[in-house]
Amino acid sequence: MSEENKKQQEEELSSSGRRSAIKKLVSVPVLGAMAYGVYKKTQYDRSRRNLGDMFRLDPVTPPSAKEISPDGKTIRIGIIGYGIRGKQLLRAAGFAEPALIDTWKEAARANSNDTRYRDYMEQEGLNIEVTGVCDIFDTYAEAAVLSGSNVNREGANGTFGAPPKRYRHYKELLAADDIDAVIIAPPDHWHGTMAMDAALAGKHVYLEKPMSWTVPETYMIRDVVKQSGVTFQFGHQGRQTDSYLKAKQIIEKNILGPVSLIEVCTNRNDPNGAWVYPIHETASPQTIDWKQFEGNEDRIKEYLDYMQANGLARYVGPEARSQFDLKRFFRWRCWWDYSTGLSGDLLTHEYDAVNQIMGVGIPHSATSSGGVYFFKDGRTVPDVLQTSFEFPDRNLTMLYSATLASQRSRGKVFMGHDASMELSSSLTVKVDPRSTRYADQITQGIIKPDTPLITYIPGQENVDAVSSATELYFAQRGLLYAYVNGKRYDTTYLHIREWVECIRNGGTPGCDIDAAFEEAITAHMGTRAYLEGRTMYWDKEKEEIVRG
Amino acid sequence: MNSYSKFQMYWLVALRLLIGWHFLYEGLVKVLNPKWTSLGYLMDSQGWFASMFNSMATDAGTLNVVNFLNEWGLLLIGLSLILGFFTRPGCVGGIMILLLYYLSHPPFIGSEDLFMMPREGSYLWVDRNLIEIAALATLYVFPTSGVFGLDKYIPGLLKNKSSKQL
Repeated sequence: MSEENKKQQEEELSSSGRRSAIKKLVSVPVLGAMAYGVYKKTQYDRSRRNLGDMFRLDPVTPPSAKEISPDGKTIRIGIIGYGIRGKQLLRAAGFAEPALIDTWKEAARANSNDTRYRDYMEQEGLNIEVTGVCDIFDTYAEAAVLSGSNVNREGANGTFGAPPKRYRHYKELLAADDIDAVIIAPPDHWHGTMAMDAALAGKHVYLEKPMSWTVPETYMIRDVVKQSGVTFQFGHQGRQTDSYLKAKQIIEKNILGPVSLIEVCTNRNDPNGAWVYPIHETASPQTIDWKQFEGNEDRIKEYLDYMQANGLARYVGPEARSQFDLKRFFRWRCWWDYSTGLSGDLLTHEYDAVNQIMGVGIPHSATSSGGVYFFKDGRTVPDVLQTSFEFPDRNLTMLYSATLASQRSRGKVFMGHDASMELSSSLTVKVDPRSTRYADQITQGIIKPDTPLITYIPGQENVDAVSSATELYFAQRGLLYAYVNGKRYDTTYLHIREWVECIRNGGTPGCDIDAAFEEAITAHMGTRAYLEGRTMYWDKEKEEIVRG
Repeated sequence: MNSYSKFQMYWLVALRLLIGWHFLYEGLVKVLNPKWTSLGYLMDSQGWFASMFNSMATDAGTLNVVNFLNEWGLLLIGLSLILGFFTRPGCVGGIMILLLYYLSHPPFIGSEDLFMMPREGSYLWVDRNLIEIAALATLYVFPTSGVFGLDKYIPGLLKNKSSKQL
């Protein structure tokens, strides 16, 4: 091989080596393209995030997120009324029916996605004990004794603690020395009387909603509770819902602009939701103290006085109050004789949420319409009800719309001039296409009116304008739940927990007697407007419900 | 590899780059989003292995490990396919990760109605994951990274006969 040939061959080899090296790296430009694409994408996201920063919200902490003081004084609890809600309350406080624990355990075995048992067992103990129970139906009272002794949250074969004492009359329970605080969950017509008697006996009070059955007692309860100085928590557990706390911030930051209309709804579609509860097989005049069920004489007089004075006798009865009746005992919500109807039972939750978020207070007026349209089972309270509440000093109307015969889902909607907010399991804010305040950003395409501007998904720390479609989808299907510090909780548990910690360490629970008073008066205005068929007004100076 | 025709080589490399792009971007999106978590996806699992995936999500420690492995696994597999660097381990990793997705969200009759995740197509037994698994297996048995890629510079590691011939 001549020198020349050799040289040529070497050159060829090194050239092919260079070509080969270039080939090795040929895919590197792909990374460059990707880097450029990702840079553009992050720029786009940043522009949207900047938009989110315009509406930056702070993390919220539910009122109950205070530390539990397990070494503090054990609070001794009594419960009055162990029906559907009473069971739920005692369970939330940590004392569940053993049979239910067995059911949950079985359900978890059958389906590992069923975490009710695990969630319940993980719920921190409140350092309370149940020392007294009262129910006027023997079967319920015995069940309450059993649950109250279920200190280890066990099934039927578990080991139980000392059983709480059963009292046949609620006044005996209130007189007991070994009870510090009472959970009050009887039918509506007993709420106010028992709350007053409890406060007068120096017991701290957790009172189920609504606060009162008659208007006159509403004022008395407020006075008695305030004068007694007991720790009073009112049973709107929605106060613990973190999306409501976020909503409050959104209102405070005026992101929605002037809110002129709020729509809140109740939609249910099954007999249970319409208060047609099952009648217990062991119920009889022998096992039920009907006399005590009838109610407090003063309250009954207040009720009858109002009904008779206003020509509303057709809503009373029709059966005599003294006549034993299993339907009226178990389905008392269907009769004005014991009930506060849709207003007291379900509107109150919606109203309290709005009052919590916007601090609207008692409305200026209420107008109602509706009727018994579906459940024609002899009830006197309507199953369809619309009430519009006017708040002229806030320039807004709150419309409550309810039916017990359709489950079509409607959220709480706050309609502002610049944006509207919908609250369900998640919270979304959408800018209004005709907003004045965001007009420039809409024209520039920075804000897209059809896509949510703010989405808050419970459990996430921050509100973010860049939530993915998937995240939204999950939130709307309720897969992501309400959280406190990253842990999922039952709001009723949180509400009781706040009350117990305030009893132990001082402080006033978030749903206090003033909130309760506003709730009760608002509900009464809606009810009276329905019964009397005319608009009812609130005289702010005299603190009276008056006719137009 | 010498035996590939020009077009065979081009299309194999194109397939490698496309799948690499898909993995790398999926990884980057997750790494760059501090809020990203696989919680929802795992909880949405259906089929025979649903309880296994659910239990991954419900334990915070396990979930963190799963999130980390998924984010960085996707990113590194993407890089390996694009750069032609440790490509065969990359293919195996990709197949494993896709197999987990497939088992977590199997496109079986009935199961698709149960998913909460919005899906972008209609599938019967065969879905995108399964097709990508097959494509990665193809890339594994028809390697190209010896010519178009950095695997040449990892001598002996890949026992890639064709790259030795070059």
